[in-house]
Amino acid sequence: MKKTLFDKVWDAHVVDTIENGPQVLYIDKHLIHEVTSPQAFNELEDRGIPVFRPNQIVATADHNTPTQNQDQPIKDELSRKQLEQLSKNCHKNNITLFELGHKYNGIVHVMAPELGITQPGMTMVCGDSHTSTHGAFGTIAFGIGTSQVAQVFASQCLLLTKPKSLRVSVNGKLKNGVLPKDVILYIISKLGTNSGTGYFCEYAGNVFEEMSMEGRMTVCNMSIEMGARGGMIAPDQTTFDYVEGREYAPKGEAFDKKVAHWKTLPTDEGATFDKEYSFDAEDIEPMITYGTNPGMGIKITENIPVEDNASFKKSLEYMNFEAGESLINKPINYVFIGSCTNSRIEDFRVAANFIKGKQKAANVTAWLVPGSKQVETQIIEEGLKDIFDEAGFELRQPGCSACLAMNDDKIPQGEYCVSTSNRNFEGRQGQGSRTILASPLVAAATAVEGKIIDITKQLN
Amino acid sequence: MEKFTTLNSKAIPLQIENVDTDQIIPARFLKATDKKGFGDNVFRDWRFKKDGSINADFALNNANYSGTILVAGDNFGCGSSREHAAWALTGYGFKVVVSSFFADIFKGNALNNGLLPVQVSESFLKELLKTIENKPETEITVNLEAQTISVNNTNLSESFEIDAYKKTCMINGYDDIDYLLSKKAVIEEFENAASR
Repeated sequence: MKKTLFDKVWDAHVVDTIENGPQVLYIDKHLIHEVTSPQAFNELEDRGIPVFRPNQIVATADHNTPTQNQDQPIKDELSRKQLEQLSKNCHKNNITLFELGHKYNGIVHVMAPELGITQPGMTMVCGDSHTSTHGAFGTIAFGIGTSQVAQVFASQCLLLTKPKSLRVSVNGKLKNGVLPKDVILYIISKLGTNSGTGYFCEYAGNVFEEMSMEGRMTVCNMSIEMGARGGMIAPDQTTFDYVEGREYAPKGEAFDKKVAHWKTLPTDEGATFDKEYSFDAEDIEPMITYGTNPGMGIKITENIPVEDNASFKKSLEYMNFEAGESLINKPINYVFIGSCTNSRIEDFRVAANFIKGKQKAANVTAWLVPGSKQVETQIIEEGLKDIFDEAGFELRQPGCSACLAMNDDKIPQGEYCVSTSNRNFEGRQGQGSRTILASPLVAAATAVEGKIIDITKQLN
Repeated sequence: MEKFTTLNSKAIPLQIENVDTDQIIPARFLKATDKKGFGDNVFRDWRFKKDGSINADFALNNANYSGTILVAGDNFGCGSSREHAAWALTGYGFKVVVSSFFADIFKGNALNNGLLPVQVSESFLKELLKTIENKPETEITVNLEAQTISVNNTNLSESFEIDAYKKTCMINGYDDIDYLLSKKAVIEEFENAASR
C-alpha cells in the first residue's frame, strides 16, 4: 500500500492498538519547559511513579524568562519559583536542562532543532502547541496537555487516535519579498482556523522544497493556527545538511545510516490524502492580519473584508478597525521581532538587511528577541547587532517574550503591535493589546516608517 | 479523575465563536506550579473591565444564568495547548462544555480532567442557545452512557459522539496513565526491537 510521510513515521511508532480505540504511540523525544511541566511532575510524585526514560527528555526555560539582565535574580516571585521548580524537577529526575543563562538556553522550538535534537522520522512532543515546528524535519511533532506530559513521563508513550491526512501544496515562483511567514499566513487566511482540526498536514510543492530549514520551521510552526495538530515537510538534502554536525546529531557512519533511512520517508507517489488543497505561489503577497485570530489575514495591499457576523464584528471592535478599510498608513507604536515562529538567524538577517542605513521611527518601540543564546551570539558575530543599535532597535536576550507576554515584555493597553509571532488573540501580548501578525520584513519596515506601509512598492 | 455518568443542570450561554484558550485563562495566570485557583481567573478579561470592575454584559456575570454546563460558539478551545484552560473551567464549576466544534488539544485536555466536551450540530446549538436565552431556568440533561443531550420538558434532543475508550474512562474515572503503565512490558519490547 502507498504510504504518506505521516503514515510511515506514525506506523513505525505504534506499540499497541486498543480494539475500537486509540493506539499506543511511542515518543522518541519529549521537550519540556517551566509552564506546562510542574503539575505533571507533581502528578507522578503523588502517585509514586518514576520518570521512565529521563534521557529522552530535554528541558529549557523560555516562556517566563526575562529578556533583560538574565544574569541577575528574577524579580517576579511567581516566575522565579516556576523556574526554580523546573530546575529542581530536572535535577531530581536526571533530565538535561538548559536553564536561564546556559549557552544552549532558548525557546524550546528554536533550541532543539539547532542542537540536532530534532531529527527526521522521529516522534516528538512538548506541552506547547507550537511543537508542530519540528515537523519541518519530517518529524511527527505535536503539542500536548499537561496530563499527557505526565503520561509520557510515566511510559514514554501516549494514547492517540491516528489523525486524518491533509496535504497543502504550493507551487510556482514566490514574488520578491514574500517570506515563509507570508506563505503560511496566506494559507491560513484561505483555509480558516479550524480546517485542519483532526488532521496532520503535509506541505508539498516546489515552494517548500526550495525553502531553507528555517523557513520550513516558520511554516510548520503555524500549522496549529489552522487547527492541525502538526505539519510536516519531507526530509531532503536541505534537511540532512542542516542536521549534520550538530551537537546531538548522529556522527560518521551512524549519520550515513540514518540518512539512508530518512531518504525512504517521503510520501510514496500515488499515496492518497483525506483532504488536499493547492495554491499558486504567484498569488501570495506580503500578508498582515487585521483581526483576533490568525485566519483573519489579508494581503498588505488589500482592504479588510466586510462580513455580517457577530464574532467578526466583535473582533474588529476589539482591534478598532473598520470593515472595508485599508491598513496602509495606520500608525504603529510597537514592533516585535521574535517568537518560535520568527526568531532564527535568517529572520534577523532579513530585518537587518532592510534596516541597514535607516533609522527607526521616533514613535516606535522595537524589540528584537532572539530565539536562543546561540542565535543571540550569531547576531553579534555577524555584525547585525551594530546595524540594530545604530538604527535604534533594542536587541534583548532570548525567550518567548512578547509573543505571550508572560514576562514583563507587554504591549500596553490599546496599542497596536506589528509582530512576527503566531497569535493575534485578544490580549495575547498584554491586556488590551492589539496584535497585527506579519513577516520580519514587514515588521522591520513598519518600525522604520512608524506606520504600516505598502512594502510591495519598495520591492518591485 | 471524577466519574461522570449523567448531569442535569441549567446552562450558561456564551455566544462567541473561536473562543481561544488565551481567553479562557490568560497567560499571565499560568505561573502557578499546581492546578488550584485557576477557576478564579477563568475568562478573566471578559468577566472584568479594564478598570477591574465587573463586566455585567458578560454571560458568566448575568445573574439570570447559572449551572455547570457552558454552551459556547463554534471552534471552542482553539490556540494554546495549556491544560490550565480545562483546570480553569472545572475550577469554576463547569462539568460539561457544549459547542458545534472543539479544537483537538482542548478536547483531549477536557477529557483528561473529567470535563465532558459535547459536540452538537450547528442547528441544535442555535436552538439550544435560543432556548436558554429565552428561558434561563431551562434544565438540560447530559447522559454519557446513552450519549445524548436533551433539553428537559421539550423535544429538543440530540446524540453525540465520543471515543469508546474515553467514554469508559470518564464513566469509571480512569485516566490514561493507569492504562499505559499496564502496558510497560509491551513498551519495553518495542524499545528493544527498535534498537536492534
